[in-house]
Amino acid sequence: MNYLIIGNSAAAVGAVEAIRKKDKKGGITILSKEPYLAYSRPLITEFLADLVTEKGMSYRAEDFYKDNQVSLKLGVSAKSIDAKKKVVAASDKKEYSYDKLLISTGGSPIVPPMKGLNKKGIFTLLTLDESKEIKKNLKGAKRVVVIGGGLIGMKAAEGLHEAGIKVTVVELADRILSRILDEKGSSIFESYLKDKGMDIITSDSVVEITGAKKATGVKLKSKKKIVCDMVIMAIGVRPNLDVIKGSGIGTKQGIIVDNRMQTNMADIYAAGDVTQADDMLSGEKRVNAIWPLAFKQGRIAGTNMAGGTKIYEGGFAQNSLSVLGLSTISMGIVDASSKNGYEVITGSGKGKYSYKKFVFDKDTIVGGIFVEDIDRSGIITGLVKERYKVKDNKERFLSEKFGLINLDKTWRDSKLTKPV
Amino acid sequence: MKRVYPKEDACINCKLCEVACLVEHSETKDIFKAYRDVPRTLSKALVEEDGPNSISIQCRHCTDAPCIDACITGAMQRQDDESPVIVDREKCVGCWMCIMACPYGAIQMDVRKKDKHKVSSKCDLCPGRTMPACVEICPNRALFFEDRG
Amino acid sequence: MAVGDLKSNNYCDFIVDRDQERCIQCQVCVRQCPYGTNIYKEADNIVVSDFSLCTGCHRCEAMCPTGCITIRRNTSEFREHFNWKAADIKNVYKQAATGGVLLTGIGCDKDYPIYWDHILLDACQVTNPSIDPLREPMELRTFLGRKPDTLEFEEKAGKISLKTELAPQLVCEIPILFSAMSYGAVNLNFCEALARAAEASGTYYNTGEGGLHRTLFKYGKNTIVQVASGRFGVDKAYLDAGVAIEIKIGQGAKPGIGGHLPGEKVGKEVSLTRMIPIGTDALSPAPHHDIYSIEDLRQLIYALKEATDYTKPVSVKISAVHNAAAIASGIVRAGADIVAIDGVRGGTGAAPTMIRDNVGIPIELALAAVDQRLRDEGIRNQASIIAAGGFRNSSDIIKAIALGADAVYIGTPAMIAVGCTVCQKCYTGKCPWGITTNDPYLAKRLNPDIGTEQLTNLLKAWAREIKEFMGAMGINAIESIRGNRERLRGVNLSERELKILGIKHAGE
Repeated sequence: MNYLIIGNSAAAVGAVEAIRKKDKKGGITILSKEPYLAYSRPLITEFLADLVTEKGMSYRAEDFYKDNQVSLKLGVSAKSIDAKKKVVAASDKKEYSYDKLLISTGGSPIVPPMKGLNKKGIFTLLTLDESKEIKKNLKGAKRVVVIGGGLIGMKAAEGLHEAGIKVTVVELADRILSRILDEKGSSIFESYLKDKGMDIITSDSVVEITGAKKATGVKLKSKKKIVCDMVIMAIGVRPNLDVIKGSGIGTKQGIIVDNRMQTNMADIYAAGDVTQADDMLSGEKRVNAIWPLAFKQGRIAGTNMAGGTKIYEGGFAQNSLSVLGLSTISMGIVDASSKNGYEVITGSGKGKYSYKKFVFDKDTIVGGIFVEDIDRSGIITGLVKERYKVKDNKERFLSEKFGLINLDKTWRDSKLTKPV
Repeated sequence: MKRVYPKEDACINCKLCEVACLVEHSETKDIFKAYRDVPRTLSKALVEEDGPNSISIQCRHCTDAPCIDACITGAMQRQDDESPVIVDREKCVGCWMCIMACPYGAIQMDVRKKDKHKVSSKCDLCPGRTMPACVEICPNRALFFEDRG
Repeated sequence: MAVGDLKSNNYCDFIVDRDQERCIQCQVCVRQCPYGTNIYKEADNIVVSDFSLCTGCHRCEAMCPTGCITIRRNTSEFREHFNWKAADIKNVYKQAATGGVLLTGIGCDKDYPIYWDHILLDACQVTNPSIDPLREPMELRTFLGRKPDTLEFEEKAGKISLKTELAPQLVCEIPILFSAMSYGAVNLNFCEALARAAEASGTYYNTGEGGLHRTLFKYGKNTIVQVASGRFGVDKAYLDAGVAIEIKIGQGAKPGIGGHLPGEKVGKEVSLTRMIPIGTDALSPAPHHDIYSIEDLRQLIYALKEATDYTKPVSVKISAVHNAAAIASGIVRAGADIVAIDGVRGGTGAAPTMIRDNVGIPIELALAAVDQRLRDEGIRNQASIIAAGGFRNSSDIIKAIALGADAVYIGTPAMIAVGCTVCQKCYTGKCPWGITTNDPYLAKRLNPDIGTEQLTNLLKAWAREIKEFMGAMGINAIESIRGNRERLRGVNLSERELKILGIKHAGE
């Protein structure tokens, strides 16, 4: 059996580990566009602020590829797929044949149209190389504008802030972190970060990057102008579908996969940020570009590629974010209100910034937000995943001591008295 | 593999499991020193209580551990299916993805503001011991260390 | 507030001596004390104790992971006075403050003579060989129930068989039974441990007057079901569930007194088991309102026998009172198969202190008197005698058997086996060891699995020791020592006491 994996991040590593559990002999080849062993992508912003070393970012031990007999092609990107011949053409002018193919090409940064994009000092931030490049250019920089107040934007802003830079975040929506928090959560973060010295502008967007050859400022839709030495585009990612063009692989926003992570083509699987897979809460197929799901999908794809049977029960949004010492964890449906038919319970814990929110769809818990007091939030992730039903006294979820003990005893026994 | 299983009906909320765990994971393993340490080592066992009911919760060392899936650095690892899930404190950067993922709430933040040290803290089944400290100390047989298949 | 109220703080019985050097503020003691004695002061990160609340149960001391706690008597002493001991003075303070009856638990703690400590056992030397119980089989098996006056045999086709029809018997592999402790007074975990230990040891436990919880029916073949004046939980199924029925007339700790389980303790399970509404007081009248004579007692005995088809021995339990011997004779004549006599040191979950400490007589004297009386009247074979009330160890038990008991009931030692420290606060319903409490937070402290092991071990250990005594006396069956007062000698006893006990003085 001959396995080929395009991409070399979480999904790829998950797949390799799963394949090797079933198939010790088959050949595994990985085409890695980036010239690095698998690294922890979310840490590129910490790297920016020297909070982590390059070595410290490695996702697996150095011997990982050797131990798993993986032929790793660094700096080689896939160009096209010929599903009939079962070969992939690559940037090194070679053709790689496969019996089973995994596409885990991840995402590529979204760059919105605006004037002045051709200048120096404008960066996207998705790869270690980009992080390195930014770091190089940071010398002497005093002010940076980060476009996008989502997860990547805020992490980038944090990294720069930690590096001693004055950061201005420009967000199109009326609040930051709007995909992972509700209004209250966003406003807690906004005021916290402003207190820490970050500038945050919402309901506005950059229409032009000004400067001669190099970016020296931005012009906003509100006509406001901000002086800066660098602009970082951190709006988000979209599935990187370049390689599958013309291959016949079915896509919408991402590559459509079934619950075995297989595409519409036999022997071709996809996993990670590039996929549009089952979403548990909406019942539709969605792009859930988050690390845990990427790894898990990789693991499931790998198992199925190696002849096993593993079913993806669907994912849903889950996020953990810490910015300048304030942490939040949220899961499932977070921005819901009683207006759209949900039951919402909110409260706070001991901490100054503490905020808790739980969202119920009738009796079923479908989401939650934790700010500052995030310990034990995973219990809610588990309950959302299980579509746990809460009949009465939903307020108990707000209790500081909330735990498994507050849930159904029979359910608890089933979890705690046998292996899970 | 052998795992720690709580028996709720026998848990008397004394929290000696927490004491023993803290001491076992402290640098000196000396109860007096361990409690004077600043910051104090965290207990990886957590006794939950609700009225008269209580139960000691530790990492379940899940077969398909969601914390391993979620870990962005590879710090959360296990050697093989029969081994405990262990967090490599050197690799962990404190992103709390594991806390987000753990359906038992069995992972905690271990944060020291002073030196920006932040790592996840969880049960490692007490390497080097034949029986985890929490199980050994439990005075009412509310914790079992068994292979239940 | 009066000075009298303040006094409790300073005149407290115990001091929680906490070595702050060793205290790690883990608060195990705080969580373990049901009386709220130990308090964590968060602001100062220190654990302190309110001595006035301490009952001397030692739970915190036992659980402290650093051994930083020692419970000591409060050394504050009143001026010595032979008549006015500290306890007497404090009792007056208490009653002056409350106007209430003094309550207590466990058995009498007064220093009446403990005759066991004045009786010594015999052993073989030279002229009759002793037996090594590790090499020779030793028989402890005991049959409790009515024995026939004579035995008749018949011969059929050359085979000889017993013609006499035997009355139903309880077969005990060891002559020790667990005495009546009712569900309600003690919790279900303890009941379960008693039942399982009785099953494992080949003996019996007694339900007391609290009925039989549905989960315990499966231990029926090791259960004696009790019928007391309140008749709680008594129905056909209950009578059928056990292997013997005991009519409780009285108990050693409170002769002539009824019982009172407060409504707060009557939760759902107790309510179902006792067959009374939730939250109502369970009042056991002082007398059985249908028994005012031996003839009435006979009616009840036979009603119970009739109800169970004469398949089970019926026991009658009385407190050891002054004329216990005559009463026992009447009980046997009324048709009881077993007479249980509970001495003044017998335990209780709750009793008025003054009654507990001043009513009844020691079991040693009562037992000797009852055994002698039944022998004198030629009816000793008609009933077995179970002695109860204050047995502390195996030697007390073998001495009781030599004095005439067929078997003994133990209650307090069973509680001590599972942790009881004899703090005598059973009546508060807050037993820190999880024995005499139905508070689910506290009751969990008695894990029936552990309790069963402890109780089984205790019986096993005592049985071994009894066999050692028997071996030393050169006998290999407990039958041979039963009522054999010749193997007992008294020390430091008066002529009168020796006469009642029916034993010679040492040296004779």
